[in-house]
Amino acid sequence: MNIEHHLDAATLVAYAAGTLDEAFNVVVASHLDWCPACAEEARRAALLGGELIGKLAATPVSDECRSRTLGMLDTATLHRFPKAPSSGGELPEALEYLLKGKSLAELSWKRKAPGLALYDLPLSEASSGKLFLMRIAPGTAMPEHGHGGEEITLILSGAYNDRFGRYARGDVADLDESIEHQPIVEKDSACICLVATEAPTRFKSWPARLLQPLIGI
Amino acid sequence: MTAVLAMSWNMLPKDNPADPKTEDLAAQRLVQRVARNLDREAFAELFDAFAPRVKTFIIRKGASPDLAEDLVQETMINVWTKAGYYDPAKGSVLTWIFTIARNLRIDRIRRESSRPVSELGDFDPPSEAPAGEEILARKDEARSVARALSKIPPEQMEILTLSFIEDLPQAEIARRLNLPLGTVKSRMRLAYGHLRKNLEQPA
Repeated sequence: MNIEHHLDAATLVAYAAGTLDEAFNVVVASHLDWCPACAEEARRAALLGGELIGKLAATPVSDECRSRTLGMLDTATLHRFPKAPSSGGELPEALEYLLKGKSLAELSWKRKAPGLALYDLPLSEASSGKLFLMRIAPGTAMPEHGHGGEEITLILSGAYNDRFGRYARGDVADLDESIEHQPIVEKDSACICLVATEAPTRFKSWPARLLQPLIGI
Repeated sequence: MTAVLAMSWNMLPKDNPADPKTEDLAAQRLVQRVARNLDREAFAELFDAFAPRVKTFIIRKGASPDLAEDLVQETMINVWTKAGYYDPAKGSVLTWIFTIARNLRIDRIRRESSRPVSELGDFDPPSEAPAGEEILARKDEARSVARALSKIPPEQMEILTLSFIEDLPQAEIARRLNLPLGTVKSRMRLAYGHLRKNLEQPA
């Protein structure tokens, strides 16, 4: 995989700090699964956190908590065997988990407009974001649009081009919310992306805003 | 204060126990003893070394002392059961333990929803044991991180503290400091830039 477009350093720091919303966490973890360069950057960002935390003052822990913890060791279930290594397959591990092993072709995609289908992914109630897969037909030109909110997109298959270059499998578009672009999907195959956005109550996701006049989502 | 601490670290002789990296090597050996031999004494030493800071970390997020001790216990039990996953090549023992503490806090929230807790963000399976050369490189790395942190200006440090210690998302930091989101992000990028520069030009 030849990855050209990477995550913003600010996103990597937020990921390392564990403060990204679940939807964004899945997209970032998925990119890191495929991109050793960003995975190394995320590891480094976590070192900053470790260093800060190391400077925290100590709060005394009660003897009761200490002896309770030591008393539980015999009954604690050990995780002695490493998880199976990532299959290196069609999908990143974090996404595979959410799809419960289904392939992209097996999903019941919802057609939203000619050339555009979406599939919503489940998130916990604690999430304030939205996570979905988007499939755009070969050769489709999306209208020029801005995003009006936080959004990160990972390309899973196919490719599109916009004024920032070519985005193909493994590339991530971690764009500033003020940026406008007009992606055009390449002719030979559909482009499938994993997209995290802020919740629709806080802003309208751009496919929704684009298509609202047509289909009213 | 930060700068003074970091400077004194760099000036310490290599085997001084207060050297953060020597401390980490000692902690790594304890984790190894737990992983290989289920060594309870080693675990008790880890508990005494890390549990008090874990407790501070959890209390900083507004947990009551009782809940904090519950989470301290849960975190340290995870250290016992997952010791075999710890990989020194990925970061210090401290970073690993706080990753566990942070994930448990996130899981607490998720447990209230119906979806099973995902393994996201957990440490990856261990790779091969690091060679001596790599351990040395990591030792330099820890010093570079301390040096980078000492050079980060206060307005960037504030953002890092709110992220890593208070666990606030970028948008929340922006609201709290009354700054545009773009400013919060650019300060994060600059702070990370200091780290990158120090890692790439070790003194």
